[in-house]
Amino acid sequence: MAHGPAKGLSRWLLTTNHKDIGTLYLWFSFTMFLLGGFFAMIIRAELFQPGLQLVEPEFFNQMTTMHGLVMVFGAIMPSFVGLANWMIPMMIGAPDMALPRMNNWSFWILPPTFLMLASTLFMEGGAPNFGWTFYAPLSTTYAPSTVTYFIFGVHLMGLSSIMGSINIIATVVNMRAPGMTYMKMPMFVWTWLITAFLLVAVMPVLAGLVTMMLMDVHFGTSFFSAAGGGDPVLFQHIFWFFGHPEVYIIILPGFGVVSQIIPTFSRKPLFGYDSMVYATASIAFLSFIVWAHHMYTVGMPIAGELFFMYATMLIAVPTGVKVFNWITTMWRGSLTFETPMLFAIGFVFLFTIGGFTGVMLALAPADFQYHDSYFVVAHFHYVMVAGAVFSMTAAVYYWLPKWTGKMYNESMGKAQFWVSFVGFNLTFFPQHFVGLAGMPRRIPDYALQFTDFNMMSSIGAFIYGASQLFFLFNVIRTIIAGEPVNRDKVWEGAEGLEWTVSSPPPYHTFTTPPPVK
Amino acid sequence: MAAQDDSTYEAYYVPEQSKMALCATIGLVTALIGLATAFNDMTFGEGTENTHSWLIFNLGLAFFVGTLFVWFRTTIRENRAGMNSAQLKHSYAIGMQWFIFSEVMFFAVFFGALFYVRNLVGPWLAGEGAGEMNYLLWPDFSYSWPMMETPQDSVVGGAAAQPIANNGVYTGPERDMSFPGWSNIAHWLPLWNTVILLSSSFTVHIAHLGLKQNNRAKLNLWLGITVFLGILFVSLQILEYYEAYVEYGLKLTSGIYGTTFFMLTGFHGFHVCLGMFMLLIQWLRATTAGHFTADDHFGFEASSWYWHFVDVVWVGLFLFVYIL
Ligand code: HEM
Ligand SMILES: [Cu+2]
Repeated sequence: MAHGPAKGLSRWLLTTNHKDIGTLYLWFSFTMFLLGGFFAMIIRAELFQPGLQLVEPEFFNQMTTMHGLVMVFGAIMPSFVGLANWMIPMMIGAPDMALPRMNNWSFWILPPTFLMLASTLFMEGGAPNFGWTFYAPLSTTYAPSTVTYFIFGVHLMGLSSIMGSINIIATVVNMRAPGMTYMKMPMFVWTWLITAFLLVAVMPVLAGLVTMMLMDVHFGTSFFSAAGGGDPVLFQHIFWFFGHPEVYIIILPGFGVVSQIIPTFSRKPLFGYDSMVYATASIAFLSFIVWAHHMYTVGMPIAGELFFMYATMLIAVPTGVKVFNWITTMWRGSLTFETPMLFAIGFVFLFTIGGFTGVMLALAPADFQYHDSYFVVAHFHYVMVAGAVFSMTAAVYYWLPKWTGKMYNESMGKAQFWVSFVGFNLTFFPQHFVGLAGMPRRIPDYALQFTDFNMMSSIGAFIYGASQLFFLFNVIRTIIAGEPVNRDKVWEGAEGLEWTVSSPPPYHTFTTPPPVK
Repeated sequence: MAAQDDSTYEAYYVPEQSKMALCATIGLVTALIGLATAFNDMTFGEGTENTHSWLIFNLGLAFFVGTLFVWFRTTIRENRAGMNSAQLKHSYAIGMQWFIFSEVMFFAVFFGALFYVRNLVGPWLAGEGAGEMNYLLWPDFSYSWPMMETPQDSVVGGAAAQPIANNGVYTGPERDMSFPGWSNIAHWLPLWNTVILLSSSFTVHIAHLGLKQNNRAKLNLWLGITVFLGILFVSLQILEYYEAYVEYGLKLTSGIYGTTFFMLTGFHGFHVCLGMFMLLIQWLRATTAGHFTADDHFGFEASSWYWHFVDVVWVGLFLFVYIL
């Protein structure tokens, strides 16, 4: 096993190496990020002015749907799985993932699945147009025929996620180096362990849901048809029973990343490590009992509205614990502001704004006004873009020198941060205002008084989009022409096993377990 | 990093490159594209163009199943060649346990849908509580479970008078599947199926004991009996479905009662087939190739876990689908 990688294409197609598979996941997810971003640019171009300019409303719906699906399932989720593949074995002192061949399978399911999904754009009837939340009956009775490919696509993504998560659980539970007790594990490993649990718990729920759709569409069952005694609202309950844990699946690994980066650049250990672990676990638990906060307006009994309202507000408590711990970690640290740290601080700042709007949305009576408006769009982009994507970008800058053995250009990194930061806020901050003023989401046209804010949004979106191309350029430039780092511990303040191996690390790390302090 | 020598620590077996994952993907994705196209031809197609969808499906499936066969054969061979450390075996065990947990969640959705429909949707459709406005839609609908008359049935002219989009005519069944009274109890198939499946959990346990005592005859016999009971269960299930469709008028299209009945029992039946197939393989391995030892028999153990799991699901089904 002491040999290096195979030559040529077979290295990537047939690999069982966690680092290769991690790299595959990362590049795949970035490709999907660009594809989803391209869809977003079409949306923002259409919304630049009121009236219909560029696309048909029917196609606009396909764009919002595909944008959401590709970003959530193609970009964000696989990117963190890639990170888990690269980092977890190195962080816990394991030789590889627990089940390496299955690991390869989890990855290779994704590209053909998304190829299938994207190809529906060119099929008769067009791509799925029912929104990334695919509510019945839009996705059953009134769906385009491509819904069937969508359904099987979701099955495949679910299979990939479940196998990937089982692998992560088995790795963390079974492969830690002797001495690496649970409460010594790096936060990133903890957050992924809990995320993997959430995935194994809710991906089957999503699979069950699309199976019900499949039966309703093709075999005349009546899960979501009131005429047969079913209920379209049943769809929403099941979807959000998956969907709310899903949003934590998206953000928890990001919490982990930030909990690695902030201590490094504060040159202090993470404040309140234990409470971070417990807060993560509580968030995961609570995420199972808040789903109907997405459904306040469907006509639930008042007891339901109240229960879900209070349970949702409760989540703000462990989330607050985390935010305070990050801030306290920085308190009186010897701070430096390298690019990963900038993105991490940007994360803390902007994610907290998203958390606050979340609490606003959690108030059932207020949500009757906010629901399905651009305010919701602003909320979830603050948590998903400034949360998940910022933390992922931070992670790339943080570990890129470890992965490649080369340093990125610091001023280009910083420039990318500031352009992203400005672009992001310019895009999404005004959406709070248009949302509160009543602009509904998922429409290609809008009333004249929303024009100024929408123009700002569109300009911001183009800036943000450009900053991602700049990011790509920066990463490629580092790989090709970056300065060699020539040291194991790339960042002076970094702690952890991944910094005890060379940069780049050998193809197989820790074939025998390292000593753990 | 200085490699340090820790002789108490066995090296973890990281397999070489493998084509299996790629082949499995090609097979599976091809099969599903074929299947999706076949379903679309059925529901949306004009039936004029030939898309070869079933052929694509069958080729994909054959390739997929073939790959899985090779894959499992490889892992079995690796284990028999002594390449697997105790730690790796533990990884496999963890993997199987969490896989079963994911299956539990899959069934939980369908049970959850059943409870939701029975306790909330039904009464609401009949105009109770939060559903008081439904009186305007279905004035003559009254709710009971099993739902013998769908809301659509209750409109003037019956279900066919107001069809919904593609397949939307939901006509309630003539008879349901619940307890037929003490005088007919001997003909009540689910009861027999319960007896069969519960005993099969015991027989597989006896086989396990036999294996641990190194009593091969006991293992072979009781594992064989377990597989036989599984076949019996599935046969009775098929008989039951036949009765439902032909004699009771209970179909997938019979509204939410037929929907939940067939989806719950159908998915369970599918999992029974899967579990039975797994046990059959273990039986063949034990009888024809002499695989398994008293302390190393993960293939057997995993299959028996799975079997206990489908058994437990059945108990839930028997309670909530047939009795209550
Ligand atoms: C303090 C924590 C949070 C609270 C209290 C909260 C609350 C809410 C509420 C009540 C809604 C429904 C609004 C409506 O549709 O009317 C919502 C929507 C949403 N939230 Fe959050 N949220 C929180 C954190 C997050 C996080 C961390 C993420 C993801 C990373 C997230 C992603 C979303 C998404 C994607 C939607 C919109 C779904 C859709 O309709 O398309 N939220 N949130
Ligand atoms: Cu939520």
